[in-house]
Amino acid sequence: MRYELPKEELLYSGHIACPGCAASLAMRYALQALGKKTMVVIPACCWSNVAGFFPSSSLKVPLLHTIFEAAAITASGVKKGLVARGIEDVQVMAWAGDGGTFDIGLQALSGCAERNDDIIYVCYDNEAYMNTGIQRSSATPLLSWSTTTPNPAFKDTPKKDIMEIMAAHRIPYAATVSPAFPEDFLTKMRKARETKGLRFIHILSSCPPGWKFPSELSVKIARLAVETKIFPLYEIENGRKYTLTIRPRGLPVIEYLKLQGRFSHLTPKDIQTIQENVDEEWEMLMAKIKTKRKGIRR
Amino acid sequence: MERVISGNEAVAYGAMLSRVQVISAYPISPQTTIVEALSDFCASGKLKADFVKVESEHSAMACCIGAASAGARAFTATSAQGLALMHEVLHWAAGARLPIVMANVNRAMSPPWTMWCDQGDSLSQRDTGWLQFYCEDNQEVLDSIIMAYRISEKVLLPSMVCLDGFILSHTYEQVEIPDIREVDQYLPSYVPKFKLDVEDPHSFNAAFLPDIYMEQRVKMQQAMEEAKGVAKELDKEFGQAFGRSYGIMEEYFVEDADILLVTTGTVTGTARVVVDEYRQKGEKIGLLKMKMFRPFPTEDVRQVFQKARKVAVVDRNISFGATGIFAQEIRSALHHHGEGTSVFGFIAGLGGRDVTPAILKEIVEYAKGKEAPEGDIAWIGVKP
Repeated sequence: MRYELPKEELLYSGHIACPGCAASLAMRYALQALGKKTMVVIPACCWSNVAGFFPSSSLKVPLLHTIFEAAAITASGVKKGLVARGIEDVQVMAWAGDGGTFDIGLQALSGCAERNDDIIYVCYDNEAYMNTGIQRSSATPLLSWSTTTPNPAFKDTPKKDIMEIMAAHRIPYAATVSPAFPEDFLTKMRKARETKGLRFIHILSSCPPGWKFPSELSVKIARLAVETKIFPLYEIENGRKYTLTIRPRGLPVIEYLKLQGRFSHLTPKDIQTIQENVDEEWEMLMAKIKTKRKGIRR
Repeated sequence: MERVISGNEAVAYGAMLSRVQVISAYPISPQTTIVEALSDFCASGKLKADFVKVESEHSAMACCIGAASAGARAFTATSAQGLALMHEVLHWAAGARLPIVMANVNRAMSPPWTMWCDQGDSLSQRDTGWLQFYCEDNQEVLDSIIMAYRISEKVLLPSMVCLDGFILSHTYEQVEIPDIREVDQYLPSYVPKFKLDVEDPHSFNAAFLPDIYMEQRVKMQQAMEEAKGVAKELDKEFGQAFGRSYGIMEEYFVEDADILLVTTGTVTGTARVVVDEYRQKGEKIGLLKMKMFRPFPTEDVRQVFQKARKVAVVDRNISFGATGIFAQEIRSALHHHGEGTSVFGFIAGLGGRDVTPAILKEIVEYAKGKEAPEGDIAWIGVKP
């Protein structure tokens, strides 16, 4: 069955994202799900450029640019300012990259999550500092190349598990989404919209120049990340109730890795290591899903 | 209503009377009792504001930026290390042209660890685009918070109201707390000129290319220039409404003074006593209290100092590698405009060391005994 996207477009064409940028597709889906009564807060990241330089804007909703470290708390401030002025029906969405979420923005995000501030926080994770030109972040995967993990000193630590960090704050809603699965994406964004408190959305955002693949493969690679179980699509309610929303085909990780230049140096042994890690993470996720829990009550 | 309250309570009353809508702050000595008092005001319903208890000063200011961008009146307070942590965000608030008001309880910077008063914290932020006001007593603190909102909302630049750590923040004085309905007359609810609005969507703080960035900076400077007149005018209006007025600077026995002391903050109160003593002996010592530091009241400074032969600036701060900061700014203001004036730069009272009448007399005697300063800095009260 064909999935029909909403007619309303809140992202203008003519934005300045790179061809094949999954983060622009993701913004389109996110705004289609949230609708016109949304404000977007963007810290330093690719999207500070994609949104356009003064006097242009690629969004049809209000947009506030803010400092790198403070996407979450700036969004909270906006929400609180609106509520103080009697405006209760506007969603405020922080929209940050992996650097602004996993690294420099983690402290403010943690503060907002602990207070359960009423915002939607979206991390479009392209697994490195792409706006400055592919430097490693704590979201960069194990053994990946980047300009600061050059040959032969590839990244020697695994990617930080941001979903578990957010779950540990016992926030009402956290979900992973992929631009290759728009129905799942919009369903989760709508669920986030209907939930109060801090809602966290983690997007794996395929990046042609950063991951070194031709731009026409962007959605395919995003899909393979899900199908290989590297990036499972699931949600966590109240920090404890895990639900898998898309059952992956369980393809070998090499199907995903072999299309990307950032992994072109991997040896069979490296690929085996990555496969074993993915399998173990998957088992752990399945164990959490099987354990039926309601999660933290407030 | 008259009450005996601390300087920090005066800050909290000032914020409450200004009907701030969003408060965001993080505790730090000696500012802490401000956040406690505001928490009580919010908890009891005395103040209908959302107090966001953030995890850092950096987030406190970012929260104020979000709230003010949404059109709400926002407030925060901090000291020293907290203010330094905000540095980046201070630039952002000013560049975004948001009328946020903050109280800074002046505390010296570390290391070595210190909690006590000097102005090294706020003066380090002099180039961030914030208006800065230095207060002499608790009444002035309360009144200045209210006035700061009027001024900031008019010129669209944020304001920092500074009070000396412990010397004011933890000292109790009699303070007239104005009736909130009268404050409402002076400071009506905030009607933002620009705000985030889903009915009228705009992008705020987007990148400016080199062909227009400079023009935005010119506008900020123009707003700063405008703030001098606005502050004078709104201070006068405050005086008419409440019977108290401060000006952007205050002259005390200036007209015929041979030596003019220049002070800020609580040192002014001590200096008044010292000037009185000299005057009783028939010696022509005068005093200029500087309240507004940013924008720097260059023209007013020139007018006052052109008449004086010797000016003795008491700086409770130092710009390392240069001089005391008020002395530096005054010298710069007088350049080409006060050739006959000798500016003596004294540094005293760093890290909370008392600036006593004896210290101020030592300063006056030093200036009396010399035709011109020997160097740009004279350290006062330093152990050998």
